[in-house]
Amino acid sequence: MRRLRLIPPDTNFRFIALRKRAYVVSILLILASAVSLGVQGLNFGIDFVGGTLIEVRTEGPADIAGMRQTLSALDRGEVGLQEFGQPTDVLIRIQQQPGGDAAQQATVAAVKEALGDSVEEYRRVEVVGPKVGGELIEAGAISVALALLAIMAYIWFRFEWQFGIGAVLALAHDVITTVGIFSILQLEFNLSTVAAVLTIAGYSINDTVVVFDRVRENLRRYKTLPMVDLLNWSVNETLSRTVMTSVTTLLALLALFFLGGEVIRDFAFAMIWGVIIGTYSSVWIASATLLWMGVRPGATDDLPDDAEVARTLGEQ
Amino acid sequence: MLYFARWKIVVILAICLLGLIYASPNFWRPGNVGSDLPSWIPHKTVNLGLDLQGGAHLLIEVQTSAVLQERLEAVEDNVRRSLRDVRIGYRGLGVRGNAVVFALRDVRDIESARRLIAERDSLVLVEIDDSGAARLEYPPEVVVDVESAAVEQTLEILRIRLNELGLREPTIQRHGADRIIVQLPGVDDPDAIKALLTQTAKLTFHLLDQRNAEPSAAAPPGARWHKGTDSLGQELDYLVEKRVRVSGERLVDAQQTFQDGQPVVSFRFDSVGARQFGRTTGEHVGRPLAIVLDNEVISAPRINEPILGGSGIISGSFTLTEAQNLALLLRAGALPAPLIYLEERTVGPGLGQDSIDAGKAASIIGMVAVLVFMVVVYGLFGLMANVALVFNMALIFGALSLLQATLTLPGIAGIVLTIGMAVDANVLIFERIREEARVGRGVIGAIDAGYDRALKTIIDANLTTLIAAALLFWFGSGPVKGFAVTLAIGIMTSMFTAIWVTRLMVVLWVRRRRPQMLPI
Repeated sequence: MRRLRLIPPDTNFRFIALRKRAYVVSILLILASAVSLGVQGLNFGIDFVGGTLIEVRTEGPADIAGMRQTLSALDRGEVGLQEFGQPTDVLIRIQQQPGGDAAQQATVAAVKEALGDSVEEYRRVEVVGPKVGGELIEAGAISVALALLAIMAYIWFRFEWQFGIGAVLALAHDVITTVGIFSILQLEFNLSTVAAVLTIAGYSINDTVVVFDRVRENLRRYKTLPMVDLLNWSVNETLSRTVMTSVTTLLALLALFFLGGEVIRDFAFAMIWGVIIGTYSSVWIASATLLWMGVRPGATDDLPDDAEVARTLGEQ
Repeated sequence: MLYFARWKIVVILAICLLGLIYASPNFWRPGNVGSDLPSWIPHKTVNLGLDLQGGAHLLIEVQTSAVLQERLEAVEDNVRRSLRDVRIGYRGLGVRGNAVVFALRDVRDIESARRLIAERDSLVLVEIDDSGAARLEYPPEVVVDVESAAVEQTLEILRIRLNELGLREPTIQRHGADRIIVQLPGVDDPDAIKALLTQTAKLTFHLLDQRNAEPSAAAPPGARWHKGTDSLGQELDYLVEKRVRVSGERLVDAQQTFQDGQPVVSFRFDSVGARQFGRTTGEHVGRPLAIVLDNEVISAPRINEPILGGSGIISGSFTLTEAQNLALLLRAGALPAPLIYLEERTVGPGLGQDSIDAGKAASIIGMVAVLVFMVVVYGLFGLMANVALVFNMALIFGALSLLQATLTLPGIAGIVLTIGMAVDANVLIFERIREEARVGRGVIGAIDAGYDRALKTIIDANLTTLIAAALLFWFGSGPVKGFAVTLAIGIMTSMFTAIWVTRLMVVLWVRRRRPQMLPI
């Protein structure tokens, strides 16, 4: 029986030779992210900036223009309305009210009274006060920073320091471009986005570790191979696995994106982006950094014992 | 390689079986078939988070600074009385920030003033300098104790109020120094409950002050203006004596009943309260007695005769619900400090069910896609990986049920993600086996080397993801925490199933078939 081979066994793409083009792409991505973050910033959800979010379902197709007029009359500052998933569902966002936590509470009551009978069902009401919002931003930033540090420490401990730096550069690349894409597309950045970013970090490092593991193995095995070829070889050897895992993960995530419901869609989007960018970065950013950091065969501390080398050579 | 210790086989099979058993209650949840099952089957199912089953999540802050202020006002009162009793002159007595300050008129009184204050309150720190300027403060640890006690007391009172409302499994827990999380499953319109929870419910009985005064003017000394309603529901200002005749703390019971067809609240005092109430009503027959709840006069009936039995009735212009709520609040007691809501998240039952359905659909489709793909790429080995994946799902649900962890919508996302990533370990192993076979190893050698060499990579790769999950758990809140839990459990179970369960299957297959070629 013929098996499907996504990547033929004798594949030998010259990945590393393409690294300069990859650098250009990455730098452009990062620049675009930075510019977008600087110019339009992130579209923070109420988790972080506080405010009120109400999801309502109306009997027939919702009269969004009418609702907007009704709610604007309440004079609660910026009110955002959008269709949410289907014509009967509307998501209402109301900005943080001046006057502290009590003022937020009063807003919900005012909205419910104003909308009255036009709403069939209040599907979701979320009110986040200014105090909690600030704390959540802090906790989110700390957790991302700590995750990066912990992962760097782990890689450092398990590999050489050059690998640690390579992994973290790749990771930072993935985190920055993910946050960047949220800014560019002005998708809502909320608590679950932070969760997505951390998971992307985990996934991306997972991918990087697999490639690094193979690089380390090959460093011990082939002492005279030029580094460019060795990296190329390592990436190609693991390519089949990298692609397979990305495909299975993407299959699951696409199911989540299309079927998981409106609430989870942005989260699934972030993850899909993360899987793609994470796969890309472990091939080009992480591996190419090793070249740039001067890792070369025989330079690692933990050289294998002679017996293992002999056994490996004997098998060739 | 072909050797697999018997005990290892037993352990692997036992873990898989336990996973299936513990996961099983989740599958007949809707039809209630579970009740007919033998009792040895566990009945615990996964806890659904409020975002899935619908309900209200409230984050409340206890404004503990008010407790300290109240305590300082009591100190101020004590100082005033102590010094007046022994005729020690002072001026400028008052609460400034977190301290009570005053100045002695005569520096010769410093020592006696210090002694008097310490007698009354041994916890307060007294500082009086040579000029007679005094500053009374509580040390930080006492402040912490006072505030913590207030939070505990609030927790207890809220618990009683919630329990008496007859809700379905409300949970209430302390969160940090001065916060309380209340979770109300199945409550989709919490407005009434929210109002009831944060009402202070401080009840006091005062005499009405009968001096003539206009509500627009300042109240005469010893009295205070309070808003209120009369028996006809008319809004009115009452001039009430400041002195508390009986306090609500003396209540031992309160019930809603009817009087002349009107909903009223009957109450009963403890013995001290009964004595105070008896004396007040005995000495002031004919005068109106103001019943003040949270600075509002709810009723001011005339005292017709001394009430010595220690019980009475509050008849305001109540609706039935108002009377029931008032009785409940009086039974639970007054809150020691004001509360405010910092956060509210309410999900209606419709959205919750939709999320469950969507999550189910996404999981099933995602899983089927991965299963098909694995067979297409790896054939028989892919099938084995699929069996492992199914066991993995069982183990995740089993662990979630056993740990009584909460499954949230992001948690479902974590499971779907695990489906995709769980096969990674098998992919690593299978790709390695393919490679080893390509360099000329035999069937057994290739399988052996494949498992062996992939193992280190699998552990490295999964530990890093576990680190991310652990941080999410520590710093995340609510739903995000749920995601971290399923992700972490998923990583651990997938390592077990991908490495041991598939290996067992591969070994059994090799033993039986003795293949010459790898079907991979």
